[in-house]
Amino acid sequence: MMLEVGLTHYLVLAALLFTVGVFGMFLNRKNVIVILMSIELMLLAVNINFVAFSAYMGDLVGQVFTMFILTVAAAEAAIGLAILVVFFRNKGSIAVEDISAMKG
Amino acid sequence: MFISGIAFIIFAIILLGSALMVITARNPVHSVLFLILAFFNSAGLFVLLGAEFVGMLMVIVYVGAVAVLFLFVVMMLDISFADLRKGAMQYVPLGLLLAVILLCEFIALYGAWEFAPNLGSNLSDPISVASEGTNARSIGLVVYTDYFLAFQIAGLVLFVAMIGAIVLTHRTRPGVLKQSVASQQRVNPDDVLEIRKVTTGTGI
Repeated sequence: MMLEVGLTHYLVLAALLFTVGVFGMFLNRKNVIVILMSIELMLLAVNINFVAFSAYMGDLVGQVFTMFILTVAAAEAAIGLAILVVFFRNKGSIAVEDISAMKG
Repeated sequence: MFISGIAFIIFAIILLGSALMVITARNPVHSVLFLILAFFNSAGLFVLLGAEFVGMLMVIVYVGAVAVLFLFVVMMLDISFADLRKGAMQYVPLGLLLAVILLCEFIALYGAWEFAPNLGSNLSDPISVASEGTNARSIGLVVYTDYFLAFQIAGLVLFVAMIGAIVLTHRTRPGVLKQSVASQQRVNPDDVLEIRKVTTGTGI
């Protein structure tokens, strides 16, 4: 029966979600906000991998690490959006091409 | 098992569909709303996997905090999002190529991959998922003991992120008149008052 959900199903789902996140960065190359959202989608895919392995291996540590990833993702979103707001205040734009003042 | 299979398929399809809508929606507000839908469905998947605590954490942290933060920033900034989409299509073939390659690699990986034969004995110190009581209880038993230092550092990361966000976005606006009690108290009458003798019939 194909409705028997196994670990592979979750892994393939996470892979598809990660790919959608990567493609979103290309599709919205100029829009930093949507790029940040794509990063959140990729982190979500990683979390699904962690929790799926944790559930199917019977080891709780994966879920603990998901919590830490969640923490880092929240911090990253907060700092990223703060930088975005400051940049918009100074330049009046959030297009990625305009973010070139720090070129090496 | 039948119900959980159907639930997995529903959650997975809505999750992938809303993820696609996040990256393709014209209006960024719609993107954020679809992101919220995606997080809700992933929380459902976590509950299906028996990780209720992480699922609820997902709803609280992502839907309650991160997505609202995104929504707030999208609505606060006055940006023409139509201009940002202009000319973005030229990178789509490259992005599609990369995505397809990545997906093929993932599928090849998961097709060839399997658990090591004697995994259970190789795990150094497995912490059983259903050790005792609820999922939240067993996670708490691990987090507050074995991973206590990492837990504290996670709190520190959040604290530093909070301070960083405040420092970055705080600004003192010019032209705003504020009462400064200290400078008012510091005023010396000799500096600000001048007493002149005015003779009758003439001005100063």
